Order: sequence, then C-alpha cells, then structure tokens
Amino acid sequence: MAKFNRKGKGGTPAISTASLPDIVFMLLFFFMVTTVMREVEMKIRIKLPQATEIKKLEKKSLVSYIYVGKPIPSYEAKFGTEPRIQLNDEFSQMSDVVAYISAEREKLDENDIPQMITSIKADSDVKMGIITDLKQELRKAQALKINYSTRKELR
Amino acid sequence: MARPLQEINAGSMADIAFLLLIFFLVTTTMDIDSGILRQLPPPKPDKEEPQDPIKERNVYIVLINSFDQLAVEGELMHVSKLCDGVKEFITNPKEKENLSEKREKDNPLFGKIEISKGVVSLQNDRSTSYARYIQVQNELVRAFNELRDEFSMRRFGMHFNELDEEKQDAVKAAIPITISEAEPKNIGG
Repeated sequence: MAKFNRKGKGGTPAISTASLPDIVFMLLFFFMVTTVMREVEMKIRIKLPQATEIKKLEKKSLVSYIYVGKPIPSYEAKFGTEPRIQLNDEFSQMSDVVAYISAEREKLDENDIPQMITSIKADSDVKMGIITDLKQELRKAQALKINYSTRKELR
Repeated sequence: MARPLQEINAGSMADIAFLLLIFFLVTTTMDIDSGILRQLPPPKPDKEEPQDPIKERNVYIVLINSFDQLAVEGELMHVSKLCDGVKEFITNPKEKENLSEKREKDNPLFGKIEISKGVVSLQNDRSTSYARYIQVQNELVRAFNELRDEFSMRRFGMHFNELDEEKQDAVKAAIPITISEAEPKNIGG
C-alpha cells in the first residue's frame, strides 16, 4: 500500500526546458533564411494605392525599383515638397533613369534580361505628370515590363 | 588528482537564441512586392511608319481628366461602371454597330474562334492623380480577367486560374489584353 501512497506527494515535476533552445533555434533558422534586409533607405514617403487585380512578383532578383513620392519631413528643407524620384539611396533626376536601368541590367544574368521587371512604387497622391515622364524614360531605356506596385484591397 | 569535469550550464542558451530570434524578427520584411503588371510600347521610332488605322468602332477611348473624372467614348462615366462597359465593348454580344468587330483566328486548342478587334485606349492628363489612374487600370484589368474567367468557365467548366498552363495560354490567346496607352499629351480639364 505504501507504494500507492507515495504517488502524488512530490507535486508536479518541473517541465524539462532542455528542448527549449532547440525550438528557439529552429524558429531562428527559419527567420534567418527568410529574412531580406531592407536594401534601401527610404527618403520619400510612399502610401501605395490599392488594387484588386494584382500579381505577385516571384523573382526578387529580376526586379528593380523606382520610388516616386514626396520627400520625408527631414529632407523637406533640402529637397522641397514636390514629388521626387528615388533610385537606390538617392534622390535622382529624370535623366538618371536610363543610366540606372542599364546599371541594373548589367547585374543580371544574360538570359534573365528579357524578364527584367521595373517596379514603380509611387505614392497614391502624386500626379500622373511625373509618372508619364518616368514611363517615357523607361521606354527609352527599353525597360518595357513594368509593374505598378499596389497594396491588396480589402473588400 | 583530476577534478571531475564540470558540466557547462546550458540554461542561458535559450536566452541567447531568443535574442537572435528577436533581432531577425524585427529586421525581417516578409512582404512580397505585388502590383499590376503592364507592358509598355517600344519607343517611338524617329520615322513615323504608316500604321493601319484602327477603325473608330474598335477603339474604346477612356479619358481621365485633371479632376479625376472619367470620360468613356465621350461621355462621363463612374468608375464602377467601367468594368462592365469594357466587357460589353469587347464581347459585343448584340453585334452593335458602335462596338468592337471580331475576326476569326486559329487557336491551338479551340480551332477557329472569334477574337475581338477591340482596343481600349487609356489617356490621362498630367495632373490626374496616380491613385485614380491605378484604380482605372485595375478596373480595365479586372474586365479582361473576368472575360477570361467566363470564357474558361464556358469551355472547361473551371476558373481561369485553375487551368493548367497550356489551357491558360490558349485562353490568353483567345482574349488578349489590349490596353493601349496613348502617347502622352495634355487633354486638359
């Protein structure tokens, strides 16, 4: 009988936390593999427009980005409040676009060049004038596949 | 006399791992870029090549003025009606005189089928807002996507995006997306 009495006296045994590091490491590796560090510092404010008929851009390496929008407040004194374009980390002129596209094209493998996509990330408040100019420049640069970056609209 | 090896305390391992984990959690950006894909026309050649003029009935003119108002074929229209308007123009179910013509074309899967000659021409002013422009683009793409969906429903009884690649290409050939963006000009307000 004593055998049975002893049971339950010691309280619940402590849960072993020995496998906790393994679990955490597993999560850690997942995030390490999926992480993409922010490549560019945003100098302009962008609120993307919304749309429903959107496609995902599968291959990130094929995509080069052009940002269009108003400078963030800390740059307003220097660059004003008119919408500007940003290529990589810098404010740029319209005339820099062609050079930027050819630089992006250089980075790609030769077979991938026809698949290159230029993604226009523009603020929904900008006027079409700057976008039209940008599109004309892209045509000059033979970057004809473009993507208007948008957010998914929730209906 | 050798002392017995002391076991290393692994209790703080979890803390270190958590620290790293939180770092990666914060720096991770999971968002995949998405948007409306468009093909631009190649740059205008210096010498104007005479093109076959497209008949007026085959062009569906969509204008957006500087006040973000929409004019379709010369009449004011609300954005919500644009999608249906485009669909009617392309399919032309009642064979109206002022809507698009059709031509016969061979298709690898369906044989000879009728394809609309219609082209949607989108024009905007320089002071049109980008948001409205995207909204209109979205409606135009939606019209074509719905047409493709209806077409594949009729032919295969399946939604367009459930078809395999070969069938999708055939449907794409049957209903090509014909959205043309005119050379920029100021259409005023």
